[in-house]
Amino acid sequence: MTALTRHRLFWPAVVLVLLLVSNVFFAPRFFSITLQDGHLYGSLIDVLRSSTPLVLVALGMTVVIATGGIDLSVGSVMAIAGALACLMIGDLPDQGSVGGVLLAVVAAVGLAAVLGIWNGVLVTVIGIQPIIATLILMVAGRGIAQLLTDGQIINVSSPPFRMIGAGYFLTLPVSVLIVAAVVVAAALLTRRSALGVLVEAVGASPTASRLAGIRARGLTIMAYVFAAVCAAVAGLIFSSNVASADSNAAGNLIELDAILAVVIGGTALTGGRFSLAGSVLGAVLISALDITTYTIGIPAETTLLFKAVVVVVLCLSQSAAFRAVVFRRRTVGASA
Amino acid sequence: MIDVSAPPRPATAAPPRRRRGLDRRHVPVLVTLGLLIAMYATGVGNYENFSDTQVLLNVFVDNAFLLVVAVGMTFVILTGGIDLSVGAVVALTTVVAATLLDAGWPAIVVLPLVLLMGTVLGLGMGAVIHYFKVEPFIATLAGMFLARGLSLLINRNSIPITDPFWTAMAQERIRFAPGVFISTSVVIALVAVLIGAFVLAYTRFGRTVYAIGGNADSALLMGLPVGRTRIAVYTVSGFCSSLGGVLLSFYMLSGYSLHAQGMELDAIAAVVIGGVLLTGGSGYLFGTVLGVLVLGLIQTIITFQGTLSSWWTKIVIGILLFAFIVLQRLVTRRAR
Repeated sequence: MTALTRHRLFWPAVVLVLLLVSNVFFAPRFFSITLQDGHLYGSLIDVLRSSTPLVLVALGMTVVIATGGIDLSVGSVMAIAGALACLMIGDLPDQGSVGGVLLAVVAAVGLAAVLGIWNGVLVTVIGIQPIIATLILMVAGRGIAQLLTDGQIINVSSPPFRMIGAGYFLTLPVSVLIVAAVVVAAALLTRRSALGVLVEAVGASPTASRLAGIRARGLTIMAYVFAAVCAAVAGLIFSSNVASADSNAAGNLIELDAILAVVIGGTALTGGRFSLAGSVLGAVLISALDITTYTIGIPAETTLLFKAVVVVVLCLSQSAAFRAVVFRRRTVGASA
Repeated sequence: MIDVSAPPRPATAAPPRRRRGLDRRHVPVLVTLGLLIAMYATGVGNYENFSDTQVLLNVFVDNAFLLVVAVGMTFVILTGGIDLSVGAVVALTTVVAATLLDAGWPAIVVLPLVLLMGTVLGLGMGAVIHYFKVEPFIATLAGMFLARGLSLLINRNSIPITDPFWTAMAQERIRFAPGVFISTSVVIALVAVLIGAFVLAYTRFGRTVYAIGGNADSALLMGLPVGRTRIAVYTVSGFCSSLGGVLLSFYMLSGYSLHAQGMELDAIAAVVIGGVLLTGGSGYLFGTVLGVLVLGLIQTIITFQGTLSSWWTKIVIGILLFAFIVLQRLVTRRAR
């Protein structure tokens, strides 16, 4: 039992279950999932679907944080990716052409990869603190996205593009499938190869890992590229879901939610050991929180207060100094 | 205790520095000053009426609140920390002030109350950061959620302020000549800057701030009150944010939970452009003032140009951030 409660994902999982269960009191059919027109419908599916952008961004953020960095620019990269894709699709003679949409998607992801390299080079080659290095792209990036769309909201009516965020495949939402694929790929890459351990080594001690012969620079740049690509896919899902590119709304403040998700998932901000599963759980938890406040009928604004409480409680519970103060008596009793 | 403000310097160390004629620590500030002059000259050269004294004074009038917030941010960044809550605290201050004034509370009670509220919020964040060893980034992020959430909870609409003291402060102009004036907020902001600069340069507290930013461990070993000082800088920042909020409510004559969105980024940008080292320990409040003026002049030039859209502001700020951070790297690298 203690082994279970001590597991670092135990409390986040409990909170998630409690949140979901509390919905039943306000929406009795919350847990029912129905099959309609070959699609699965239900509030649980909605929770999954609405959490997809955040899960992706949190995934990329986890790897960056594991290297001891942080990426504030993910929201802006989301906006840029959505803007570029919608701009290119809008210019297509036939918005329904699959090839054109694919090209737009590839271009958006490619641009994001370049932005990731930019972040990574600032951090590793020039040696700027990650918070500040990515702050540059965070500020300028939203400007660039607005420049791309000329400050307007670009609407597109392209069925293939719409598939990404709002489509269904084998009864499941396509966006959920994309995210699941990325999560599985990332988990395999980091846990079934040495990559994950190398990233943790870089985060735990850059100097020691360099002396051990790890090419920390390349790994760190790769982490930022991964984060930017994840953010770009998240941006594509977001803009496909609303069939438009909104440079102001896309990914607004998502960097904070993503960092929160990573922290909830038990990855320390100081770098080193990371947990992809924890970040996914954290991201779903935050989305469930948003949906719960909605079903309970609390004004949406108060989610911010909720989040503040969650951050404070989680940070304090992770802080060794706090535990020492609060649980001192208990540990003394246990050892005696 | 040794007087820290005038450390005994070995006689051999001084001459080479003097021979170069330029203190390396002054380079970033001088570069900012040069940039400011160049920008002003460009403005005067390209636009009619740009040379009006009032154009320059308006930069102060329109940015008085940012100046005050940036003063607090400078203290925090000088210790190597960061405060993300400033914008939210500014918003909370305007909302609480407007709500209380609307309820008929006298201005003489409301004013100290809101200032105390911001100070206490800052104190709380500082305490969490110091006692529980929570990252400043996360602790102030929680503070940001909390303050923004509270202000949304109080009222999600804009509340007009009709209090006679507030309107008097808003309309009061200090005139130097016909058409040449500043608002009372500018005077308050400049007083805040002067007090801040004095404290940083000539008091034991100020020197401790620099010492912590230089190396917190060394500061602790020197017997400096690291904990107390670290809590104090967040308290100062909280106070400055609420004072900035009061000035913003003078300027806007309203309280709104969405006021000062992203102001934390502006404040950080101003501090960085002003040549304060983000790792802490080096920089001047005078530089921060120049940083705020640079941001203000960018806005002014874009307004004068007329054809440039508002998003260019973000892009230009991003480019400047990049340039100054790289400059910081070059200057500090040469120092090693």
